[in-house]
Amino acid sequence: MTSFILRAATGYLMPLLLLLSVFMLLRGHNEPGGGFIGGLLAAAAFAFHALAWGPRATLELLRADPRTIIAAGLAAALLAGVVAAAAGEPFLTAHWLPIALPGVGKVGTPLLFDVGVYLVVVGTTTLILLTLGED
Amino acid sequence: MLSAMIAGLLVAAVLAPLAERRLGLWAAPVLAALPAAFAAVVLLNFPRGGGVALTEVRPWVTDLGAELAFALDGLAAVLALLVAGIGALILIYAGGYMAGKATRGRLLAYLLAFLAAMLGLVLADNVVTLFVFWEATSVVSFLLIGFDHHKGESRAAAVQALLVTGAGGLAMLAGLILAGQAASDLGLAGTEAWRISAWATVDLRQHPHYFPTLLLILAGAATKSAQWPFHFWLPGAMAAPTPVSALLHSATMVKAGVFLLARLSPHLGGTPEWGWLVTSAGVVTMLVGAGMALGQRDLKRILAYTTVSVLGTLTMLLGVGTELAVKSAVVLLVAHALYKAALFLVAGNVDHGTGTRDITALGGLARHLPWTFTAAVLAALSMAGAPPMFGFVGKELLYTSKLDLEALGAKLVIAAVIANIALVAAAGMVAVKPFLFRRREPPHPPHEAPASMLLGPLLLGLAGLFVGLVPATFDRTLGPAMAAAILGREVEMKLKLWHGLSVEALTVLVLSTVTVAGGVGLFLVLRRRMATARRLLEHASRVGPTRAFNASLAALPKAADRLSRLVQTPSLGRSLSVIIAATLSVAAPSLILLGRPSLPAGLTEVQLHEVALAVLILAGAAMAVVFPKRLAAVVALGLSGIGIALLFALFSAPDLAMTQIMVESLTVILLALLFAHLPPSPERSSRAERLGHALLAGAAGVVMALFVLVVVPGSFPPSTSEYFLAESFSAAHGRNVVNVILVDFRALDTLGEITVVALAGLGVWALLRLKLGNDRGGEP
Amino acid sequence: MELLLAVVVGGLYASGLYLMLRRSLVKLLLGLVLLGHAANLLIFSAGGVVRGEAPLVAPGEITPPPGAADPLPQALILTAIVIGFAVVSFAAVLARRVFEVTGTDDPAAMENGS
Repeated sequence: MTSFILRAATGYLMPLLLLLSVFMLLRGHNEPGGGFIGGLLAAAAFAFHALAWGPRATLELLRADPRTIIAAGLAAALLAGVVAAAAGEPFLTAHWLPIALPGVGKVGTPLLFDVGVYLVVVGTTTLILLTLGED
Repeated sequence: MLSAMIAGLLVAAVLAPLAERRLGLWAAPVLAALPAAFAAVVLLNFPRGGGVALTEVRPWVTDLGAELAFALDGLAAVLALLVAGIGALILIYAGGYMAGKATRGRLLAYLLAFLAAMLGLVLADNVVTLFVFWEATSVVSFLLIGFDHHKGESRAAAVQALLVTGAGGLAMLAGLILAGQAASDLGLAGTEAWRISAWATVDLRQHPHYFPTLLLILAGAATKSAQWPFHFWLPGAMAAPTPVSALLHSATMVKAGVFLLARLSPHLGGTPEWGWLVTSAGVVTMLVGAGMALGQRDLKRILAYTTVSVLGTLTMLLGVGTELAVKSAVVLLVAHALYKAALFLVAGNVDHGTGTRDITALGGLARHLPWTFTAAVLAALSMAGAPPMFGFVGKELLYTSKLDLEALGAKLVIAAVIANIALVAAAGMVAVKPFLFRRREPPHPPHEAPASMLLGPLLLGLAGLFVGLVPATFDRTLGPAMAAAILGREVEMKLKLWHGLSVEALTVLVLSTVTVAGGVGLFLVLRRRMATARRLLEHASRVGPTRAFNASLAALPKAADRLSRLVQTPSLGRSLSVIIAATLSVAAPSLILLGRPSLPAGLTEVQLHEVALAVLILAGAAMAVVFPKRLAAVVALGLSGIGIALLFALFSAPDLAMTQIMVESLTVILLALLFAHLPPSPERSSRAERLGHALLAGAAGVVMALFVLVVVPGSFPPSTSEYFLAESFSAAHGRNVVNVILVDFRALDTLGEITVVALAGLGVWALLRLKLGNDRGGEP
Repeated sequence: MELLLAVVVGGLYASGLYLMLRRSLVKLLLGLVLLGHAANLLIFSAGGVVRGEAPLVAPGEITPPPGAADPLPQALILTAIVIGFAVVSFAAVLARRVFEVTGTDDPAAMENGS
C-alpha cells in the first residue's frame, strides 16, 4: 500500500483538505457546508494519510485518540444546549454573542453545536477507518 | 382529604415491612389503626339520605377527561366502611396468622396496598379514577393470590385471576369510555362528561351506543364479581393465605363488580336489556355456585363457591332493580360481608389449629377451639338465614322482593329457595361438621388460636347478631343511604324480624322455614354421602368453563409458537421475504385504494442530462447486482452513489450533494478494505429461488415507484418548511436554511443522530478490539 | 421528471432488496447501501424537486427566493446519509467478524450453529 506518489501528494493535500474542512464547517451556517460535510472532509484527509503512511502514523498525527474526539464533540454539542439552561430557557435554545465574524456570521451556540457535530463525525469516521486499517 | 387518606395507606404499605421488623408482633395492630381511622372519618362524615358528604377533584389530564375525583355518597360510604373496618380486623388477624414467618411484613404491605386500591375504587367519581383503582385491585390481588410464589398452584391461580379480571377490566374501560363519550354527546361539557355523578343529568339509555356500552361494562362487572361463566378464578384464588381470602374474596374485591352495577344502575339500569342480562347472569351464577359448594372438601373452597352463589344473588337483585330488590341487595351485601369474612377467618383458625382444611378429616373440634366455634356458629346462623341474625332479615327481604314481581317472581323465588337450601347445607358443612360429631385425628393435635385471630371472627359474628336484634342501627343509617345512592332517589327502609300475620308475611315465613328445614336435611344427608356428591360434580365440571379457559390458555402459546416459526424463521432470507411480502400486501392495496396511481398534474419536464444520470444510477445498481467480483461490485455501487450526489446537486441540494460524495468515497474505501481478504461468495440459491427473489424484489420496486408517484408533489405539509424559510435568517442568523434546521431549529434531533453515529463508531471499535476468540462464548 | 425519479427509486429498491435476499453477507451489505440510497431519494422526491433554487438566503435578502427547494427533506436526508454510513460501517465490520469466527459468509450455514 505504500506509494511514493501518494505519500508526496498527501504531503500537499493533507493541509489543504484540513483547511478546506474547517472552512466548510465555519461557513456552513450561510453557504453550503457545515459540521457533517466538514467532518467528512477532514476524515477523508486522514483516510488519505492512513493509506499513504499507515494507520499508526495517522494516530500519531492526530495526537488524540479518536474516541476522545468523539467525546469532545458530544460534550461540545451538549454544552451548546446547556447554555440555554443558564438563562432558564428550554434545552438547546440558541444564544449569540454580539459580534459577527467575516465569512462566519454571528457567533453563538449553533456554531458550537456544529463544531460538536464536526468533531463527532471526524472522530467516528477516523475511528472506524483506523481500527479497520490496523486490524 | 380522601386522596390524602388513600395516599396515607399507600405510604403505610411501603413502610409496613420496616415497621414489622421494628415492632414485631405489634406492627399489625399499629398499622390496623390506619384503616380504622379511615372508617371513623367515613362514619363522622356519613352522607344523609341520597346526598354526598365529601367530594374532591384534582385535575390530572383534563383534556382527556381524566381527573382524580372522589365522592362520598351512601353507596361509597357503606362499602368504604366495610372495606376499612373489615380491613382493620384482618390486618390484626394477619399479624397473628403469619406469626414467626419471614413474609409477614410483605403480607401486611400488600394488604394495606389493597385497602388503598379498594377504597379508591369505591370512592371514585371519575371513570379514569375508577378504572385505575379497579386495575390496581386486580394487580394487588395477583400479588396476594400468588403470595406463596414458590408453589406452582399459587402462581397458576394468580395468573388465572389476573387474566380473567384483567380482560374484564379492559372491556370495562372500553365501556366506560363509550359511556363518557355518550354523556358528552348528550350535552355534558369537558370533564363533566367523565364524572359518574354528573351522568344523572343526562339519559345515557337514549344514546345509540347504549347496548355495546352496557355489554362491555357488564363484562367487567361479571369477571370481577365471579359471575358464571367467569366464576372459576375465585375458587382457584383460595391458594392465597386465609386473611387474604377473607378480605378480597368475600368482603371486598369480589364485591367490586356488584358495586359497579350498583354505581351505574341509576344511569344504565331499568331497561329490558339490563333486566334480562343482569338477572339471568345472576340466577345462573347463584345456582351453579350453590351446587358446586356442596361437592367440596376444602373449607375454603366451600366458602368460595357459596360466595359465588351470593354474588349471583346480588347481581340478580340488581338486575331486577325494584326498590325492594335493591333494598334486599343492600342488606344481603352487608350481611354477607360480615358473615363470610368471619367464616373465612374461622377456616383459617381451623387450618392453623389442626393443620388441615379438609372437612372429611375434621370433627369434634368444639372442645378444643371453643371461641372459634362460637364465632363459626354466629356467622353460620347468619349465612343460613336463621332468626334472629342479620342474614335472616336479608333473606326474608329477598323473598318478599321476588314475590313483588308478577310472573317472573315465582320462578326467581324457587331458584332463590333452591340456592338458599344449598347455602344452609354449606353453612353446616363449614361451621358444624368440623366442630361436632365424632372426633377425627387431624395432622396435629388441635389447639385454639391466639387472641389476635379470635378478635376478627368474633366481632364480625357478633355484629351480625347485633344488627339482627337491633335493625334500627342499619335501617335508619347505612341501609337507606346506600339504597338511595343505587336507586337515585330517597328511600325509607324498615327491617324487622317479625312481619305480622298478613298473607304475604306468612308466605315468606313458610319459605324461610322450608329453606332452613330443607338445608338442615340436605346437610344431614350430605354429611354421609360426600363422596357421591363429589363424583357427581366431577362429571359436571368436565364441560365447565375452567376447561375451556385452560385449553385456550394452553393453545395460545402453541399458536404463537407456530406463527413465529412461520414468519420468524432462523433463515435470514426467509425472514426478509416475509417482511417484504407483508409490507407489500399492506402497501399495495392501500396505494390502489387511496392513490389511484395516475400521473400527477404539473410534472416537471425531463432534460437529457438528467436521463443520463438516471441511467448511471440504475446501471451502477444493476452492476452491483450482477458483478460476481466483489471489488467490481463495490465500485459499481460507488458509481451509483455519485450519480445520486449529482442528482442532488442538480435539484437545489448542494449540502446533500457534498455529503453524498464524501460518504460515497469513504464507503468505497471502507468496503474495499474490509472485503479485500474475504473469499468469493458464489451464488448459493437455486434457479427457482433466484426467480422468486427477483419477482419479490421487482414487485417491491414497482410498489415503491408507484408510491413516489402518489406522494409527489408536496406531500409534506408546507407550514413547517415555510416557517423555516421565513425565520432562518431573521431569527436564527443563518443563510443556509438546511444547516440552520440541523444545528438550531431541530438541534435536538441532530444531537440524537450524532449520538447514533458515535455509538456506531464505538461499536466498530469494540467489535474489532475486543476479540472474543473463535471458541464459542469465550473470554477475551 | 417525477416519473423518471419514480423509476430510479423503484429500480434502487428492487436491486437493493434482491441483493439483500442473496445468501451472502457481503451482498446483503451492498443491498443495504442501495436501500439507503433508495429511501433517501424517496424522501427527496416527496419533498418536490426544484431546479437551481437552493434554500439559501442571498446576501442582502432576509428570506430565500420564492420557489426555493424545501429545506426540511434535505435536512432529514443529510443526517440520514451520515447515519447510513455509520450503520453500514458497523454492519460491515460485524459481517467481517462473523466471517472470521464462522469461516463463511453464508447466513444459511449459521442457522443451526451458535
